[in-house]
Amino acid sequence: MKNKIVPFLVFFFFIFIFFVFYKSLNQTNIYTPNVNLNKNIPEFEAKIFKSNESFSSKDFKLNEYYLINIWASWCAPCRLEHKYLLELNDINSLKMIGINYKDLKLNAENFLNDLGNPYDLILSDDNGKLSINWGAYGVPETFIVFNNKIVKKYTGPLNEINVQEIRKILSQ
Amino acid sequence: MKKILIFLLLINISTAHGEIQNDKLKIEITKNLRCLICQGQSVYDSDSEFANSLKLVVEDKLNEGMEEEEIYIFLKEKYGNWILYDPELSKNTYILWILPLLLFLFGGAIIIRKLNLKKN
Repeated sequence: MKNKIVPFLVFFFFIFIFFVFYKSLNQTNIYTPNVNLNKNIPEFEAKIFKSNESFSSKDFKLNEYYLINIWASWCAPCRLEHKYLLELNDINSLKMIGINYKDLKLNAENFLNDLGNPYDLILSDDNGKLSINWGAYGVPETFIVFNNKIVKKYTGPLNEINVQEIRKILSQ
Repeated sequence: MKKILIFLLLINISTAHGEIQNDKLKIEITKNLRCLICQGQSVYDSDSEFANSLKLVVEDKLNEGMEEEEIYIFLKEKYGNWILYDPELSKNTYILWILPLLLFLFGGAIIIRKLNLKKN
């Protein structure tokens, strides 16, 4: 009896280990949070860039598409995606809101002067709390908002395919 | 005058005590949060922009009177279960929770068997 169980257990153990490695070795171990779409936008109140006025989550209008883009002048991928944001700015039905993340005002201004300003409105996030409220963990990140819900989220710089996707969402 | 002074002192002590409590709790909470930028480090240990902001958010939530558990729920909603070092029992983690128990029972069964064999 004992002679039969031990080889069987060893065999089973190795098969188990084999499948664990087979399944997991090719998987990336860098975690990206699940995108919970159709989630309500967070409640917030933020200062408008270079102004004393503020903008709150209540100011989002219904039946209107918004693109929220978290950016900073010190972030290299933000430079890469900038031309796509300028491209998206041509769409009239899309309101673009930039969240300037932990940036110096002067640098941010220079960035926009050099590359162009795609945003209809810019909010300041000096301490990063606003971005956390949006569920972001780095720059750049982009959200598409419709009827106070996040309908799409992009982590990292936007690319050509994303722009096409956004156009498709808007045409629906 | 003396009464007022004692009263003020008591208020001061109680608020200071509250702050120390919050600081302790903040450390405890941020140690249980995983930094999503430098994965493998806790938010408490990390000095990334994300971790530093998250420390501020936790501090704010504590000052607002949120409980530890409520803060975890708030962050879980935003970043998923993975942000917590202490995972809950869910369909992704049940093997993690049950395996040690199974191994313990299995080992126990072997020991009992051996002891019984010896007795016989």
